[in-house]
Amino acid sequence: MKPSTLNLTLFNIRILWRSFKIASWLGWQVESNWTDPFLFAVYSFVKPLSGAAILVVMYSVITKGDYDSPIFPYIYLGNAFYIYVGQLMNGISWAVIDDREHYKTLKYIYTAPIHYPTYLLGRGVASFLVASISVIVTILFGVFFLRLRIDLAQVDWLLFFSSILVGVNMLAMMGLILGGVMLLLVRHSWELGGMVASALYLFSGAIFPLDVLPPFLRPLGYLMPITYWLELLRRSLVGEVAQAFPTLSGLNNAQLMGILLALTAVFAILSRSVFRWCERRAKELGVIDVVTNY
Amino acid sequence: MRMKKSSGVALFIQTVIARAYPRVIGQQREKSWMFFEIFLPLLSVSAYVFVYRAIGAPEEYVGFVVLGGAMVAFWMNILWGMSSQLYWEKEQGNLALYIMAPNSMMAILLGMALGGLFATALRAVVIVGLGSWMFQVRYAIASFPQLVLVFFLAMVALYGLGMMTSSIFLLLSREAWHLAALAQEPIYLASGFYFPIKSLNFWVAMGASLIPLTLGLDAMRQLVFPAGDTFGFLSVPVEIGALVMLSFAFLLGAKLLLDYMERLAIREGRLTETRR
Repeated sequence: MKPSTLNLTLFNIRILWRSFKIASWLGWQVESNWTDPFLFAVYSFVKPLSGAAILVVMYSVITKGDYDSPIFPYIYLGNAFYIYVGQLMNGISWAVIDDREHYKTLKYIYTAPIHYPTYLLGRGVASFLVASISVIVTILFGVFFLRLRIDLAQVDWLLFFSSILVGVNMLAMMGLILGGVMLLLVRHSWELGGMVASALYLFSGAIFPLDVLPPFLRPLGYLMPITYWLELLRRSLVGEVAQAFPTLSGLNNAQLMGILLALTAVFAILSRSVFRWCERRAKELGVIDVVTNY
Repeated sequence: MRMKKSSGVALFIQTVIARAYPRVIGQQREKSWMFFEIFLPLLSVSAYVFVYRAIGAPEEYVGFVVLGGAMVAFWMNILWGMSSQLYWEKEQGNLALYIMAPNSMMAILLGMALGGLFATALRAVVIVGLGSWMFQVRYAIASFPQLVLVFFLAMVALYGLGMMTSSIFLLLSREAWHLAALAQEPIYLASGFYFPIKSLNFWVAMGASLIPLTLGLDAMRQLVFPAGDTFGFLSVPVEIGALVMLSFAFLLGAKLLLDYMERLAIREGRLTETRR
C-alpha cells in the first residue's frame, strides 16, 4: 500500500480519519506542552499583538491617531487575519522538519499505517487553534482600544464563516505544497516558510491596498488567493469600509468567492501533484529521513 | 612530532578565531543562505515602506524603515546565532565537548559573536544598499566618526547582551525555540525598528533603551538622515554615553552569568540533556 495514494473506500476513510485525529492531538501536544499554560497564553498573545502594535504605532505617528479613516481597519484586519497564513502554512510544512530532524521520527511515521499528507494536515490543526486565539485577541484589542468599528449586527456572518472555511482549506493546500518541498530540502528548510509568508504578506495586499505596489508587481497580487480571501473577510466584517478601496471594488462578494474557490481548487490539485512528486523524489534521493541539523 | 601546546592569551585568541571561522567561511560557502538572508529582510522592509506610502508618510520614514530593516539582521543573529546557539550545541552534542576542552567558554562566545557580527554586517550593508536604491533613500551624514563610534558601541553592547543571554539558554530545552521566537516582534516594536523610538511613551522608550539597538538605531538615524535629529529620542552624545555603559554592563554580565550558569548546569546535569 502506498500511503499517499489511497483511494476513498470506507476502509481508507477510516485510515484518513485516524491519521488526521492522531496528528491533531500530537500537534497540539507539541505546540503547547513545552511550558505551563500561563506562559503558553502569554506567548500566544504577545507575539501577534506586538506585530499589530508595530503597524498601529506606524499608523498613529503619521495620521496623528486618525483611527476613523477606512485605511485603518483595512490594515488592522488584514494583518490580524494574516496570522492564519503564517501559522497554518508553517504549521503543516514545519511538521516535516520537526519529525525528520528534531524528533527523528519521520521514518517511523512512514512505516506506520497512516496517510502522510492527511497526517500533515492534522498537524496543522494545532496551528489553526493557536492562530484563531491570536486572531480573536488581536481583533478584540482593536475593538476595545483602537476604535476598530465592527458592528456585530451588520456583520455578514455567512460570508465570514464561509470565507474562513474556504480560506483555511486553501492555506492547508498551500502548506501541503510547502511540506512536499520540505521533504526535499536539506539545509534551506528554515528560510522557505519565512520567505513564502513574507512574499505573500507583501503581494497579497494584507496591510496596504494593491494599488500602492508598483504596476509591474500588482499582477502577482491578483494571482494570490489570499488577496481575495482577505478582501472577503474585510467585507464580511466592515462591509462598506472595505469596499472603499478601488483594488477589487469592481468585483462583488459572489465573484470574489468564486475566484477564491477556483484558486483553492487549483491549489488542491497542485498540492496533490507536487506532494506526490516531492515524496517520490525524496525517496529516490534517500533524503526522506536525512538529518542535517536544521 | 610533538604539538606545540597553547595556553593563556594565545589559547584564548586561537579559540576565538576557531569559533569565528565557521561563522564567516561556512556562511559564505552556502550561497543560498546569503540570498535568503538578504532577500527576506528586503521583503519585510518593502512591506513596511508600502504601508508608509499608503498612509502618506513623509519620505524620511522610508529611510527609517530601510535602516531599521538592516539592523533587524543583527537582532536575528543575536537571537538565533548567539542566544540560542548553546541550546543548539546541546541538541547536537557539541556542548559537552566545549566544556571538556581546555579553552574558555567566553572565548567560544566571543568567537561566535565576532564571526556572526562580520557575516551579518556584510548582509546588512547589502540590505541598506539595495533598499536605498529601490526606494531612493537620501542620506546626509552629519558626522562620520560619530556614526562609526555609535555603530561600534551598539554592536559591542548588543553582542555582549547576546553572550549574556546565551548562558541563560544553556539551561533551556525545547522552550528555547519558543522564547527566541517570542523575542522577535516585541523587540521590533520596543526598539523602534520601523519607526522613531521617540513615538513611544518616554518611559517605555527608556525601558527599551536597555536593548542596545534601540539607542544605536536612534543615534544612527539622527546622524545619517537630513532631518534625523528632529526625530531623535535623546541627543547623540547622551546615547553614546549610554551605549558605553551598556557595553561594559553586558560584557561583565556575560562573564559572571556564564560562570554561574555553567556551574549550575553541571550541578543539575543539564549540559547533555535533550528533553525533546
